[in-house]
Amino acid sequence: MSERLAVRKTFKLYLGGAFPRSESGRTYAVTDHRGGFLANAAHASRKDARDAVVAARAAFGTWSRATAYNRGQVLYRVAEVMEGRHAQFCEEVAAGEGLSAGRARAAVDAAVDRWVWYAGWTDKLAAVLGSANPVAGPFFDFSLPEPTGVVAVLAPQRSSLLGLVSVLAPVLASGNTAVVVTSRERPLPAVTLGEVLATSDVPGGVVNLLTGDAAELGPWLAEHDDVDAVDLTGAPPAQAMELERLAAGSIKRVLRPPAEEPDWSADPGLSRMTPFLETKTVWHPKGV
Amino acid sequence: MTQLFEYAPAPESRSIVDVAPSYGLFVDGEFVDGSGEPMKTVNPATEEVLSEVAVGTDADVDRAVRAARRAFTRVWGPMRPADRGKYLFRIARLLQERAREFAVLESLDNGKPIRESRDVDVPLAAAHFFYHAGWADKLEYAGHGPDPRPHGVAGQVIPWNFPLLMLAWKVAPALATGNTVVLKPAETTPLTALLFAEVCRQADLPPGVVNVVTGAGETGRAVVEHADVDKVAFTGSTEVGRSIARAVAGTRKVLTLELGGKAANIVFDDAPIDQAVEGIVRGIFFNQGHVCCAGSRLLVQENVHDEVVASLQRRIGTLRVGDPLDKNTDIGAINSAEQLARIRELSEIGEAEGAHRWQPACDLPDRGYWFPPTVFTDVSPAHRIARDEVFGPVLSVLTFRTPDEAVAKANNSTYGLSAGVWTEKGSRILAITDRLRAGVVWANTFNQFDPTSPFGGYKQSGYGREGGRQGLAAYLRSTHP
Repeated sequence: MSERLAVRKTFKLYLGGAFPRSESGRTYAVTDHRGGFLANAAHASRKDARDAVVAARAAFGTWSRATAYNRGQVLYRVAEVMEGRHAQFCEEVAAGEGLSAGRARAAVDAAVDRWVWYAGWTDKLAAVLGSANPVAGPFFDFSLPEPTGVVAVLAPQRSSLLGLVSVLAPVLASGNTAVVVTSRERPLPAVTLGEVLATSDVPGGVVNLLTGDAAELGPWLAEHDDVDAVDLTGAPPAQAMELERLAAGSIKRVLRPPAEEPDWSADPGLSRMTPFLETKTVWHPKGV
Repeated sequence: MTQLFEYAPAPESRSIVDVAPSYGLFVDGEFVDGSGEPMKTVNPATEEVLSEVAVGTDADVDRAVRAARRAFTRVWGPMRPADRGKYLFRIARLLQERAREFAVLESLDNGKPIRESRDVDVPLAAAHFFYHAGWADKLEYAGHGPDPRPHGVAGQVIPWNFPLLMLAWKVAPALATGNTVVLKPAETTPLTALLFAEVCRQADLPPGVVNVVTGAGETGRAVVEHADVDKVAFTGSTEVGRSIARAVAGTRKVLTLELGGKAANIVFDDAPIDQAVEGIVRGIFFNQGHVCCAGSRLLVQENVHDEVVASLQRRIGTLRVGDPLDKNTDIGAINSAEQLARIRELSEIGEAEGAHRWQPACDLPDRGYWFPPTVFTDVSPAHRIARDEVFGPVLSVLTFRTPDEAVAKANNSTYGLSAGVWTEKGSRILAITDRLRAGVVWANTFNQFDPTSPFGGYKQSGYGREGGRQGLAAYLRSTHP
């Protein structure tokens, strides 16, 4: 019996709800933790990053103004579709991160659960972070959290799925749109997540996934005038300071990288949502 | 021109204030000499030199930061939170007791009308201490985790437009949360901060908890860049904010910025025009327009443009410009020669770009820095007077036809600090405020402030909030969540 010849994969970017190749035509080989070939991934360029920002900006109005109830359901739907791809995620996480089957399964379970957790936050943030302000005067005065806009995320380099979900889901739950540079060495769970997102009612452009090199794309995103915030979690440590400096040009909100990649299984609290929220305060006189 | 009643002069007496011929830095509970070449602070209404003020160098700032660190580790950090609160209550009361003295000194040094320093700046400053005093022993209820901790030493740099009020916005939350402070007041308006230092002594605040280091940009830079400062808070221009964000990049310092603005004040055709006109005047001429959230871009629905502008001009004709210490004065002096030059330059650019300048007939004093209230009509969104922050009594009037156009024009700015909406229709207010990208939206009112109400910007107007529960976040290391 002759063995079936495997279909080798060349993956593309996920950008504006579509799957284009890199404008540059570049690809790179993705290997497992032992160096064995897994697939070819698109190697995103500066132009791809700029296109992603345009797509994220275009999607911001729709996504940020969707009802919290609607956003929560869409995010829950992502978890549902992820659950359906559970086995594939396990395989990719195990291959990329060199985890045992059991530990890979635990990471995927945690990633799906994390997504569910954030799905439940959309319609609670306003109640938890907003306020009615008892000002000393005849005014109705209240404050509400609002998304800051387009967030550029340099995803963790090591934790290819749980880490990715842990940085992406809070950006979406708080109503922002995202441009994500995935882990360079371990991009396949992100590619699969893109396929999940494309079939999960998440409007095109809300999430844009760039497989490529954070060191190469980071500066363009940090400097981009139409990016409102940057999450430097997966930035190369030697480059993080430069990225923060570039971000200062347009007074971007910056989430600095932790000293080392954190334990993503820990309860994240609100710490990854609040950096990408603004507070809007509205005053109106009271009177008859 | 509207016929004005002749008002007899009603000047507030300056005898309540003793302005010393020279002031030192306030470091570790003592007034000490600064190592820099002292600077002079002048009364912008008369150009009279008020006093000579010390200038802090890197070494002076280092001394102040050391004092603040010592006070943080030995006294202020370990202190019972309730006692920290009591110190703040004391300070609030002292500000109230010495309110008139502070108001007169503020108007002398800044040029703002006594009516505003007396009725707005000083009472609000006291209110900020009073509000934050109550937080000191309740921080676990503030929503920043069960055991929120202070950062340590806060380096704070504040502007000249509301010298005492900005001090209160910075110092009160810092102290309430258990931080100690090194404050750098603005170069042109240091005097009320130095009087505040005296209040700290009067309150027996432990030495080193509050340090005041006067000076100009270099002194501010030394504060921001000092390695042992844990938290930096800045209010001022976007340009300086940008350089501060660069300076703290790669450090562990926590940063909040309150920067410039170019607020849209949107008037719909169903708005009560008389009230709107009062709001427009308050929005742009309050504090000579030296307000980061000033309503400097008036967006009027096209069909009421002529009516609004005519009514506005009639109202502006009644504003009294002159002696800041006169209780009848509405508009005082421009804070400095430098700022006056900038306002003049941008106004000239406004005319050169084709907008139409209108100013009421108005006599200005011979000495001092003055600029009459000014309205530009026929302004397009591309004009620099519609884009750049003038920081003076200069209003640009633009028009719109539909709510969508109003929102698009309002949001067409790199800034996003504040906005105003005037309409009788409640549902429209809520819909428009929802869509405005600005941190504070005043509907059928303008320029209201309160310590319980968070204030701060979107976009290049900065990050972080001041006031309210949300404002405490800047001074706390939240444990969890």
